[in-house]
Amino acid sequence: MRLDCKHVWPYISDYIDDTVTPEERRAIEEHLEHCEICSAILDSVHNILVLTADDRIFRLPLGYSERMHERIGAELAKAAPGDSPE
Amino acid sequence: MAQALAQEMEWIARILSGERDLFHELIRPYERAVFLTAVSVLRDATEAEDAAQEAMIKAYRGLGSFRGDAKFSTWLTTITLNEARSRLRKSAKVKVKSLDNTDQAEDYTPFLVADWREIPSETLEREELAKQIERAIEGLPPTYREVFLLRDKEEMSIEEIAEALGVKANLVKVRLFRARMMLQKQLAPYLKRELPQRRRWFSWLGGRA
Repeated sequence: MRLDCKHVWPYISDYIDDTVTPEERRAIEEHLEHCEICSAILDSVHNILVLTADDRIFRLPLGYSERMHERIGAELAKAAPGDSPE
Repeated sequence: MAQALAQEMEWIARILSGERDLFHELIRPYERAVFLTAVSVLRDATEAEDAAQEAMIKAYRGLGSFRGDAKFSTWLTTITLNEARSRLRKSAKVKVKSLDNTDQAEDYTPFLVADWREIPSETLEREELAKQIERAIEGLPPTYREVFLLRDKEEMSIEEIAEALGVKANLVKVRLFRARMMLQKQLAPYLKRELPQRRRWFSWLGGRA
């Protein structure tokens, strides 16, 4: 299986998640080995995912946890758990 | 993992039989995830916090209906998504956009860069870059944004996301692919190269399971 650049792109996401077949993986890696463009794209997608996972992206509001537990505490004092989320 | 699940089931049983305060401990590991799930729908920290609190209260009120066929975290995600979406519908200022219907084929040509290297942890010291990334994520179509944050922020599995959203795993993968490529296209130009050396592209592969 030989791939062109534009045939590699749809696999980049699955490749990162490791949900490609062994045959696809071989073909992708063979392509990446000699293609600077696709390996740079893969790098950039991966780096964006690393950045996204960082705690500095979408920080929790200050005092979030305290307010959460205060609210829960008030509810616990009020009622026993039921069997309907509504 | 299995041990943590057994612990949760035990806590839930004890909460239901009267040890209410254990609910604080039960939800502690998921506070952050619930907030992020709400943000993925509402895109506003204040509204997301309200929705997160409400979702937790609903989870407490409905705890007796949790059967343990899904993971507690997945169940909690579903409750949070429902809560956030219902708030979004009620919020008059947010109009339902046609953007929502985006599972159609589009052009996902990536941003082409011949060499793109940067050390991620250091780049976030630049405050404006963090904002840029948040804005780009917030700008994704809603269905893509949800899947992207559940997977790449909360690190849920494709199967768990499919279960929480009530859609097929393949659809989750398609949305995830498009979200990632849209972000690549939008963000790559801002992340200028800083490493002159050619880094081997597969060096990170072992780090992500």
